[in-house]
Amino acid sequence: MEIALVEQSEASERALVQRARAGDRRAFGELVTRYMRRAYYAALGLVGSHEDALDLSQEAFARAYRARANLDPDLPFYGYLYQIVRRLCFNFLRDSRTRRVRMEEATPWLMNQAGAKAAATDPARSAERSELCALVQAAIERLPEREREVLVLKEFEGLRYREIAELLGIPIGTVMSRLYTARRNLAAELEGVL
Amino acid sequence: MSDREVRSPEERARRLIMASIDGELSGGERGELERLLDEHPALRVEWARFQRVKEVTEAMALRPAPEEVWSDYWASVYSRLERGIGWILFSLGAIVLLSYGAWTGVRELIADATMPWFMKVSLLALTVGTVVLLVSVVREKAFVGRRQRYKDVER
Repeated sequence: MEIALVEQSEASERALVQRARAGDRRAFGELVTRYMRRAYYAALGLVGSHEDALDLSQEAFARAYRARANLDPDLPFYGYLYQIVRRLCFNFLRDSRTRRVRMEEATPWLMNQAGAKAAATDPARSAERSELCALVQAAIERLPEREREVLVLKEFEGLRYREIAELLGIPIGTVMSRLYTARRNLAAELEGVL
Repeated sequence: MSDREVRSPEERARRLIMASIDGELSGGERGELERLLDEHPALRVEWARFQRVKEVTEAMALRPAPEEVWSDYWASVYSRLERGIGWILFSLGAIVLLSYGAWTGVRELIADATMPWFMKVSLLALTVGTVVLLVSVVREKAFVGRRQRYKDVER
């Protein structure tokens, strides 16, 4: 039953990509609706700001459409889109003007999942969790972009090693090595609170 | 944990630790990791440290976007697509009009018998220079960029 649903979904995506490739904006709109959340959260994990993640993910869709001749209906659309998203995000992070603005206005983009529940029952514990959340966020922001990317895909998108490797076009071993380095750096940064 | 060619025992241990805390160990690998942890107490300390990092990050989530973002999302992408076409048409029109205006002005100035010769030469140099620069930029964008073998290589 599940396999049949996956096949059906793949067939419908292939048809949408074929139509989008031919310039059908309605079909492209369906692809946007299907992947907008994933693209936005991928960008949010990489750049750490709601407005920038929204802008960059929308720009990625616009670029994907403009370069629609490169779309391959036999490959997953999200894989193609993600390459554009990450390139835009990395360029954005490397931009010196962006770095200056980001240092001035740090906004919370992470939250503690148990935070809301704790706030009602135990305010002191809730404050502690918010503090930890801010520390983790700052530590992730200081990670090199490749390590941050793998960590975000693993922890916040919940992908498996194989899926991350396919998305990034790198061996599984490299995914694990980057994850190891990312976590080692995080452990060092959070030494006092772990 | 398949497809994991390992260069050194340390690297093997690191990958086993990662797979262990992410729940991606196979049965055989679990035994291998247990043996390694028993033989090397330092590794066990490291494993416990990573386990704590995992617990902390596992409790975090990306802050959800406001719901209204999604209802306007496609409309914003669509506007970008339209604006792209608008900018192309605007740029083409501006280039043609400005070029024609410049050409007409230069032609009249050169034909002006009262203008000193060095002014005419300067104007001609300015016009030719602008054209060369414009052609060079367009050629780079349209031709060299596409053939650049390393343009997709990320630093």
